[in-house]
Amino acid sequence: MYNPFSISGKTILITGAGSGIGRSTAIIASQMGATVILVDINEEGIKETLSRIDEHKAGHSYYVVDLMDSKEVESLVEDVVCLDGLVNNVGISNTRPLHLIREEDFNLVVGLNTKAPMILTNLLYKKKKFNKGASIVFTSSLAGLYTFTPANGLYSLSKSALTSYAKSCAVEFAVREIRSNCVNPSMVNTHLKESLSFSEDEYKKDVEKYPLKRYAEPEEVAKAIVFLLSDASSYITGHTLLVDGGRSLK
Amino acid sequence: MEINDFIKCVAEQYEEVDAQEFTPETKFKMFEEWSSLTSLSIIAAVDDEFGITLKGDDIRNATTIQDLFEAAEAKA
Repeated sequence: MYNPFSISGKTILITGAGSGIGRSTAIIASQMGATVILVDINEEGIKETLSRIDEHKAGHSYYVVDLMDSKEVESLVEDVVCLDGLVNNVGISNTRPLHLIREEDFNLVVGLNTKAPMILTNLLYKKKKFNKGASIVFTSSLAGLYTFTPANGLYSLSKSALTSYAKSCAVEFAVREIRSNCVNPSMVNTHLKESLSFSEDEYKKDVEKYPLKRYAEPEEVAKAIVFLLSDASSYITGHTLLVDGGRSLK
Repeated sequence: MEINDFIKCVAEQYEEVDAQEFTPETKFKMFEEWSSLTSLSIIAAVDDEFGITLKGDDIRNATTIQDLFEAAEAKA
Protein backbone atom coordinates (compact mmCIF):
# COMPACT_ATOMS: atom_id res chain seq x y z
CA MET A 1 0.00 0.00 0.00
CA TYR A 2 1.28 3.46 -0.87
CA ASN A 3 1.81 5.34 2.36
CA PRO A 4 3.99 8.47 2.30
CA PHE A 5 3.23 8.99 6.00
CA SER A 6 5.16 5.86 6.94
CA ILE A 7 8.34 6.15 8.99
CA SER A 8 9.04 2.43 8.81
CA GLY A 9 12.74 1.63 8.64
CA LYS A 10 13.85 5.08 9.81
CA THR A 11 16.22 5.50 12.74
CA ILE A 12 15.07 8.31 15.02
CA LEU A 13 16.71 9.80 18.10
CA ILE A 14 14.37 11.39 20.62
CA THR A 15 15.49 13.53 23.56
CA GLY A 16 13.33 13.85 26.64
CA ALA A 17 12.02 10.39 25.80
CA GLY A 18 11.45 9.48 29.44
CA SER A 19 8.14 11.31 29.74
CA GLY A 20 5.40 13.37 28.11
CA ILE A 21 5.63 14.24 24.41
CA GLY A 22 8.98 12.45 24.01
CA ARG A 23 7.58 9.23 25.41
CA SER A 24 4.50 9.41 23.18
CA THR A 25 6.65 10.09 20.13
CA ALA A 26 8.83 7.08 20.91
CA ILE A 27 5.80 4.82 21.33
CA ILE A 28 4.08 5.95 18.14
CA ALA A 29 7.29 5.96 16.08
CA SER A 30 8.12 2.42 17.17
CA GLN A 31 4.57 1.25 16.48
CA MET A 32 4.99 2.65 12.97
CA GLY A 33 8.11 0.61 12.37
CA ALA A 34 10.87 3.07 13.20
CA THR A 35 13.92 2.18 15.25
CA VAL A 36 14.10 4.58 18.15
CA ILE A 37 17.04 5.82 20.19
CA LEU A 38 15.79 7.19 23.48
CA VAL A 39 17.70 9.88 25.35
CA ASP A 40 16.83 11.23 28.79
CA ILE A 41 18.57 12.13 32.03
CA ASN A 42 16.06 9.97 33.90
CA GLU A 43 16.84 6.27 33.48
CA GLU A 44 13.64 5.15 35.19
CA GLY A 45 11.60 7.26 32.78
CA ILE A 46 13.37 5.79 29.76
CA LYS A 47 12.86 2.24 31.00
CA GLU A 48 9.18 2.97 31.49
CA THR A 49 9.01 4.22 27.89
CA LEU A 50 10.89 1.15 26.67
CA SER A 51 8.46 -1.12 28.47
CA ARG A 52 5.62 0.47 26.48
CA ILE A 53 7.16 0.12 23.04
CA ASP A 54 7.30 -3.00 20.99
CA GLU A 55 10.24 -4.72 22.65
CA HIS A 56 10.06 -7.65 20.26
CA LYS A 57 11.50 -5.51 17.53
CA ALA A 58 15.26 -5.46 17.88
CA GLY A 59 17.32 -2.34 17.49
CA HIS A 60 15.80 0.11 19.93
CA SER A 61 18.37 1.58 22.30
CA TYR A 62 18.67 4.19 24.98
CA TYR A 63 21.21 6.55 26.49
CA VAL A 64 21.07 8.18 29.90
CA VAL A 65 22.57 11.58 29.17
CA ASP A 66 22.65 14.99 30.79
CA LEU A 67 22.29 17.16 27.69
CA MET A 68 23.69 20.13 29.63
CA ASP A 69 27.02 18.29 29.91
CA SER A 70 29.04 18.75 26.73
CA LYS A 71 31.27 15.75 27.43
CA GLU A 72 28.26 13.45 27.72
CA VAL A 73 26.80 14.90 24.52
CA GLU A 74 30.09 14.31 22.69
CA SER A 75 30.14 10.64 23.74
CA LEU A 76 26.51 10.24 22.70
CA VAL A 77 27.18 11.68 19.24
CA GLU A 78 30.31 9.56 18.89
CA ASP A 79 28.38 6.43 19.75
CA VAL A 80 25.10 6.76 17.83
CA VAL A 81 24.49 5.38 14.36
CA CYS A 82 23.48 7.67 11.50
CA LEU A 83 20.00 9.14 11.88
CA ASP A 84 17.01 9.67 9.63
CA GLY A 85 15.28 11.72 12.27
CA LEU A 86 16.10 13.77 15.35
CA VAL A 87 13.43 14.94 17.77
CA ASN A 88 14.79 17.70 19.98
CA ASN A 89 12.11 17.45 22.58
CA VAL A 90 13.81 17.96 25.94
CA GLY A 91 12.54 20.93 27.90
CA ILE A 92 11.84 22.47 31.26
CA SER A 93 9.31 25.05 32.42
CA ASN A 94 9.77 28.05 34.67
CA THR A 95 7.07 30.16 36.27
CA ARG A 96 8.95 33.06 37.80
CA PRO A 97 7.74 36.59 37.20
CA LEU A 98 10.38 38.53 35.24
CA HIS A 99 11.69 40.55 38.17
CA LEU A 100 12.34 37.39 40.19
CA ILE A 101 14.29 35.50 37.52
CA ARG A 102 17.76 34.65 38.79
CA GLU A 103 20.81 34.07 36.66
CA GLU A 104 20.67 30.39 37.61
CA ASP A 105 17.09 30.19 36.26
CA PHE A 106 18.21 31.72 32.98
CA ASN A 107 21.15 29.34 32.72
CA LEU A 108 18.99 26.29 33.41
CA VAL A 109 16.01 27.15 31.20
CA VAL A 110 17.90 28.58 28.24
CA GLY A 111 20.59 25.94 28.79
CA LEU A 112 18.20 23.04 28.49
CA ASN A 113 15.52 24.45 26.16
CA THR A 114 17.74 26.29 23.71
CA LYS A 115 21.45 25.63 24.12
CA ALA A 116 21.29 21.85 24.59
CA PRO A 117 19.28 21.15 21.39
CA MET A 118 21.56 23.51 19.47
CA ILE A 119 24.78 21.87 20.71
CA LEU A 120 23.46 18.36 20.05
CA THR A 121 22.15 19.19 16.56
CA ASN A 122 25.28 21.08 15.53
CA LEU A 123 27.50 18.25 16.68
CA LEU A 124 25.44 15.56 14.94
CA TYR A 125 25.69 17.61 11.74
CA LYS A 126 29.40 18.25 12.15
CA LYS A 127 30.08 14.55 12.71
CA LYS A 128 27.93 13.68 9.66
CA LYS A 129 25.48 11.63 11.69
CA PHE A 130 22.47 12.69 9.62
CA ASN A 131 21.57 10.61 6.60
CA LYS A 132 20.73 12.48 3.44
CA GLY A 133 17.10 13.57 3.60
CA ALA A 134 16.96 13.41 7.40
CA SER A 135 14.33 15.37 9.31
CA ILE A 136 14.94 17.37 12.48
CA VAL A 137 11.94 18.29 14.61
CA PHE A 138 12.00 20.64 17.59
CA THR A 139 9.36 20.69 20.29
CA SER A 140 8.98 24.42 20.61
CA SER A 141 5.90 26.24 21.89
CA LEU A 142 3.09 28.60 21.15
CA ALA A 143 4.59 30.62 24.00
CA GLY A 144 6.97 33.21 22.65
CA LEU A 145 5.29 32.99 19.26
CA TYR A 146 1.60 33.81 19.81
CA THR A 147 1.07 33.75 23.55
CA PHE A 148 2.85 35.75 26.24
CA THR A 149 1.37 34.83 29.59
CA PRO A 150 2.42 36.23 32.98
CA ALA A 151 5.32 34.46 34.73
CA ASN A 152 6.17 32.58 31.55
CA GLY A 153 8.69 35.08 30.14
CA LEU A 154 11.82 32.99 30.52
CA TYR A 155 10.21 29.90 29.01
CA SER A 156 8.81 31.99 26.12
CA LEU A 157 12.22 33.50 25.48
CA SER A 158 13.91 30.11 25.39
CA LYS A 159 11.32 28.63 23.03
CA SER A 160 11.20 31.58 20.62
CA ALA A 161 14.98 31.34 20.36
CA LEU A 162 14.60 27.62 19.67
CA THR A 163 12.06 28.30 16.91
CA SER A 164 14.49 30.78 15.39
CA TYR A 165 17.33 28.23 15.55
CA ALA A 166 15.16 25.59 13.85
CA LYS A 167 14.63 27.94 10.91
CA SER A 168 18.37 28.60 10.66
CA CYS A 169 18.95 24.83 10.54
CA ALA A 170 16.47 24.64 7.64
CA VAL A 171 18.53 27.17 5.73
CA GLU A 172 22.01 25.84 6.49
CA PHE A 173 21.39 22.09 6.48
CA ALA A 174 19.39 22.06 3.23
CA VAL A 175 22.63 21.45 1.38
CA ARG A 176 22.46 17.86 2.69
CA GLU A 177 18.71 17.75 2.04
CA ILE A 178 18.08 17.82 5.77
CA ARG A 179 14.78 19.41 6.77
CA SER A 180 14.19 21.23 10.04
CA ASN A 181 10.81 22.12 11.53
CA CYS A 182 9.11 22.90 14.82
CA VAL A 183 5.93 21.75 16.42
CA ASN A 184 4.50 24.56 18.52
CA PRO A 185 2.03 23.17 21.04
CA SER A 186 0.01 25.21 23.48
CA MET A 187 -0.77 23.58 26.82
CA VAL A 188 -0.26 19.82 26.88
CA ASN A 189 -1.31 17.43 29.63
CA THR A 190 2.19 16.55 30.85
CA HIS A 191 4.16 17.05 34.05
CA LEU A 192 5.21 20.50 32.78
CA LYS A 193 1.58 21.56 33.02
CA GLU A 194 1.41 20.27 36.59
CA SER A 195 4.31 22.54 37.52
CA LEU A 196 2.27 25.62 36.58
CA SER A 197 0.20 25.35 39.77
CA PHE A 198 -3.14 26.26 38.20
CA SER A 199 -6.17 26.24 40.46
CA GLU A 200 -9.35 24.60 39.19
CA ASP A 201 -10.86 28.05 38.46
CA GLU A 202 -7.78 29.22 36.55
CA TYR A 203 -7.80 25.99 34.56
CA LYS A 204 -11.46 26.49 33.59
CA LYS A 205 -10.80 30.08 32.53
CA ASP A 206 -7.75 29.10 30.53
CA VAL A 207 -9.42 26.23 28.71
CA GLU A 208 -12.10 28.70 27.55
CA LYS A 209 -9.43 30.32 25.40
CA TYR A 210 -9.21 27.13 23.31
CA PRO A 211 -11.83 26.64 20.58
CA LEU A 212 -11.51 22.88 21.20
CA LYS A 213 -12.08 23.54 24.94
CA ARG A 214 -9.34 21.27 26.19
CA TYR A 215 -5.57 20.92 26.36
CA ALA A 216 -3.66 18.58 24.05
CA GLU A 217 -2.74 15.04 24.94
CA PRO A 218 0.97 14.24 24.39
CA GLU A 219 -0.01 11.78 21.63
CA GLU A 220 -1.58 14.59 19.64
CA VAL A 221 1.70 16.48 19.54
CA ALA A 222 3.61 13.25 18.85
CA LYS A 223 1.50 12.60 15.76
CA ALA A 224 2.40 16.05 14.39
CA ILE A 225 6.08 15.25 15.07
CA VAL A 226 5.75 11.94 13.22
CA PHE A 227 4.23 13.75 10.23
CA LEU A 228 7.27 16.04 10.08
CA LEU A 229 9.59 13.03 10.37
CA SER A 230 7.86 11.25 7.50
CA ASP A 231 8.33 11.69 3.76
CA ALA A 232 4.80 13.09 3.60
CA SER A 233 6.37 16.40 4.66
CA SER A 234 9.29 16.16 2.22
CA TYR A 235 8.87 19.73 0.94
CA ILE A 236 8.17 21.29 4.35
CA THR A 237 11.14 22.91 6.05
CA GLY A 238 11.57 25.90 8.36
CA HIS A 239 7.95 25.55 9.36
CA THR A 240 6.27 26.16 12.71
CA LEU A 241 3.41 23.70 12.98
CA LEU A 242 0.90 24.96 15.55
CA VAL A 243 -0.63 22.14 17.57
CA ASP A 244 -2.83 24.35 19.66
CA GLY A 245 -6.50 23.41 19.40
CA GLY A 246 -7.04 26.81 17.82
CA ARG A 247 -5.62 28.75 20.81
CA SER A 248 -3.75 31.18 18.56
CA LEU A 249 -7.04 32.28 16.97
CA LYS A 250 -8.47 33.75 20.17
CA MET B 1 12.36 32.00 59.80
CA GLU B 2 10.53 34.74 61.70
CA ILE B 3 6.86 35.47 61.02
CA ASN B 4 7.62 39.18 60.60
CA ASP B 5 10.23 38.50 57.91
CA PHE B 6 7.77 36.18 56.20
CA ILE B 7 5.00 38.81 56.29
CA LYS B 8 7.39 41.41 54.83
CA CYS B 9 8.33 39.00 52.04
CA VAL B 10 4.68 38.36 51.16
CA ALA B 11 3.75 42.07 51.42
CA GLU B 12 6.49 43.03 48.97
CA GLN B 13 4.71 41.11 46.22
CA TYR B 14 1.76 43.52 46.31
CA GLU B 15 1.82 46.78 44.37
CA GLU B 16 -1.29 48.54 45.65
CA VAL B 17 -1.62 47.42 49.26
CA ASP B 18 0.35 49.21 51.98
CA ALA B 19 2.83 46.94 53.79
CA GLN B 20 1.37 48.12 57.14
CA GLU B 21 -1.87 46.33 56.36
CA PHE B 22 -0.29 42.88 56.53
CA THR B 23 -0.51 40.87 59.76
CA PRO B 24 -0.52 37.12 60.45
CA GLU B 25 -4.34 37.21 60.24
CA THR B 26 -4.43 38.95 56.86
CA LYS B 27 -6.43 37.03 54.27
CA PHE B 28 -3.89 37.62 51.57
CA LYS B 29 -6.04 36.46 48.65
CA MET B 30 -8.84 38.94 49.44
CA PHE B 31 -7.12 41.97 47.93
CA GLU B 32 -8.39 43.17 44.57
CA GLU B 33 -4.98 42.91 42.93
CA TRP B 34 -4.60 39.21 43.86
CA SER B 35 -3.87 37.11 40.76
CA SER B 36 -1.98 34.02 39.69
CA LEU B 37 0.99 36.33 39.11
CA THR B 38 0.91 37.39 42.79
CA SER B 39 0.77 33.73 43.74
CA LEU B 40 3.79 32.87 41.60
CA SER B 41 5.64 35.93 42.90
CA ILE B 42 5.10 34.76 46.50
CA ILE B 43 6.32 31.25 45.64
CA ALA B 44 9.47 32.62 43.97
CA ALA B 45 10.17 35.24 46.67
CA VAL B 46 9.78 32.73 49.54
CA ASP B 47 12.15 30.41 47.69
CA ASP B 48 14.72 33.19 47.26
CA GLU B 49 14.39 34.57 50.78
CA PHE B 50 14.08 31.39 52.85
CA GLY B 51 15.07 28.57 50.49
CA ILE B 52 11.64 26.99 50.90
CA THR B 53 9.68 25.84 47.85
CA LEU B 54 5.96 26.37 48.33
CA LYS B 55 3.60 24.70 45.88
CA GLY B 56 0.45 26.02 44.27
CA ASP B 57 -1.51 23.78 46.63
CA ASP B 58 0.05 25.47 49.67
CA ILE B 59 -1.20 28.81 48.40
CA ARG B 60 -4.62 27.36 47.56
CA ASN B 61 -5.03 25.72 50.96
CA ALA B 62 -3.99 28.81 52.95
CA THR B 63 -6.41 31.56 53.91
CA THR B 64 -4.25 33.76 56.13
CA ILE B 65 -0.56 34.60 56.04
CA GLN B 66 -0.24 32.56 59.25
CA ASP B 67 -1.55 29.50 57.35
CA LEU B 68 1.01 30.04 54.64
CA PHE B 69 3.77 30.60 57.18
CA GLU B 70 2.92 27.29 58.83
CA ALA B 71 2.96 25.52 55.46
CA ALA B 72 6.40 27.00 54.81
CA GLU B 73 7.67 26.06 58.28
CA ALA B 74 6.57 22.47 57.72
CA LYS B 75 8.91 22.37 54.72
CA ALA B 76 11.87 24.11 56.42
